[in-house]
Amino acid sequence: MEKRVVFRSAWLPYLLLAPQLAITIVFFFWPAGQAVWYSFQLQDAFGLHSEFVGFDNFTALFKDPHYLESFKTTAVFSVSVAGLGIAISLLLATMADRVVRGALAYKTVLIWPYAVAAAVAGVLWAFMFAPSIGIVTYVLKGLGVDWNWIIKGDQAMLLIIIASVWKQISYNFLFFLAGLQSIPKSLIEAAAIDGAGPARRFWTIVLPLLSPTAFFLLVVNIVYAFFETFGVIDATTQGGPAQATQILVYKVYHDGVKSADIGGSSAQSVILMIIVIALTVVQFRFIERKVQY
Amino acid sequence: MVEKRPLLDFITHAVLIVGALVIAFPLYVTFVASTLSLEEIMTVPMPLLPGGHFIENYSQVLLGGSTTGSKAAVLDMLINSTVMALAVPLGKTTISILSSFAIVYFRFPLRNFFFWMIFVTLMLPVEVRIIPTFKVMADLGLLNTYAGLTLPLIASATATFLFRQFFMTIPDELAEAARIDGAGPMRFFWDVVLPLSKTTMAALFVIQFIYGWNQYLWPLLITSDESMYTVVIGIKRMIVGGDSANEWNLIMATAMLAMLPPAAVVLLMQKWFVKGLVETEK
Repeated sequence: MEKRVVFRSAWLPYLLLAPQLAITIVFFFWPAGQAVWYSFQLQDAFGLHSEFVGFDNFTALFKDPHYLESFKTTAVFSVSVAGLGIAISLLLATMADRVVRGALAYKTVLIWPYAVAAAVAGVLWAFMFAPSIGIVTYVLKGLGVDWNWIIKGDQAMLLIIIASVWKQISYNFLFFLAGLQSIPKSLIEAAAIDGAGPARRFWTIVLPLLSPTAFFLLVVNIVYAFFETFGVIDATTQGGPAQATQILVYKVYHDGVKSADIGGSSAQSVILMIIVIALTVVQFRFIERKVQY
Repeated sequence: MVEKRPLLDFITHAVLIVGALVIAFPLYVTFVASTLSLEEIMTVPMPLLPGGHFIENYSQVLLGGSTTGSKAAVLDMLINSTVMALAVPLGKTTISILSSFAIVYFRFPLRNFFFWMIFVTLMLPVEVRIIPTFKVMADLGLLNTYAGLTLPLIASATATFLFRQFFMTIPDELAEAARIDGAGPMRFFWDVVLPLSKTTMAALFVIQFIYGWNQYLWPLLITSDESMYTVVIGIKRMIVGGDSANEWNLIMATAMLAMLPPAAVVLLMQKWFVKGLVETEK
């Protein structure tokens, strides 16, 4: 896409681009470069002395069972968040697309969690699930469940999954609803005339036509689970108990800020950057060929 | 609706009502908790009807923070959050609209290179460059300042893409007519491009307001001074320990205050919000 009509000036375009580029260089390229640089260095705790150690930080990382465990934790967490979030919002969007009466009211209730900060979402759910005073804990105790996420790793994981999914449902819901509303009504009507019931129509018409949206949301949700859930975790489990909820991003923060292991944390940053680049490439390759059915 | 199916209609409404209740339940519990006294919250199970301590709890947090955790007043935090939530969208819109105008309406050396430079920032979220970005901020003396809170967040590839995409839809005839009438590029920008971009700017503003308000990791890193806390950070600082050590009534009152402005923006500007969300992600 190029414009046919353009303006001519030797200096104006550079001037217009300057603010954006200045910020990009100072706050993105410089730190990213430094992350790569530090990842090859070994620093003492006070940052007074550092030496070049090549790939030592990386090999040390991949020998560290905690780091490998963190990969597994991240995988379980992000797959659960993306899977549950997409399934629940698809159900709600399909239903919301059917109703005429009360549509606006349902929609309004379903989209407001988008406005809640991740950390606040974490606090709300942590409060409801609090081991001694939580209202949900009380119900669970009544059902015979021994609920205490502060000491049980799998329950801590469940808590952060619930909080993260809750916050992300609105986003997925809106995209599915937009997708559903763009499906031509004539297709559905034709199928109905041919005698296909609602379930059959959903599986053979609606779902295939929604698959580009679903795939897009899958990538977005995985990116969300990888990075934006930092607030949920920091406000609730802080990676605990015993690293049961320490996803990769949280470990970068923990090792770098709390343990002051600059080299190790930077090496983790570099690995994360590679993951983000891979995810972005997947996302954009998909968007290039948007609908292929 | 294609045909009448009363049973399916019933299931549809049932699913939606259950969904809406589950989604809204945390909000309700938060509101109730924010109106109770600490003793009432500590009883198991806590009451599920609002109590009589609404004014007391809210004035306590607004003016004096919590008593066991951070004592910073939430009113100051709300001001900091507002500054952040306004500065981020304003800054972002300004620099992005200028740079996409340059990229779309001019031909100049290194144009594609600059475009790719902006594009690559998509791949470098704050979360992956925590330590080095912190060092850069410290070197520049931007810790605990509004500039430090907002500047790094205003560079955005998505906003630049959004404007670029929109500019591509502006008919060439308009630029041609402007040139024939002797208008320079900036005159064209002010009188034609900017007025046409109003809806795109409004949509972007809503999304970025929420983004700025809800920032967590960034303010956590660069604010150590209580007077610079945003309200989201403030909540975290009020949580001091186990279940019973926290003043949950005050924490929940602060949580309500933290949720209110962005929720109001989403609900009141629903149209712009949906447009902004669906379009920035294209």
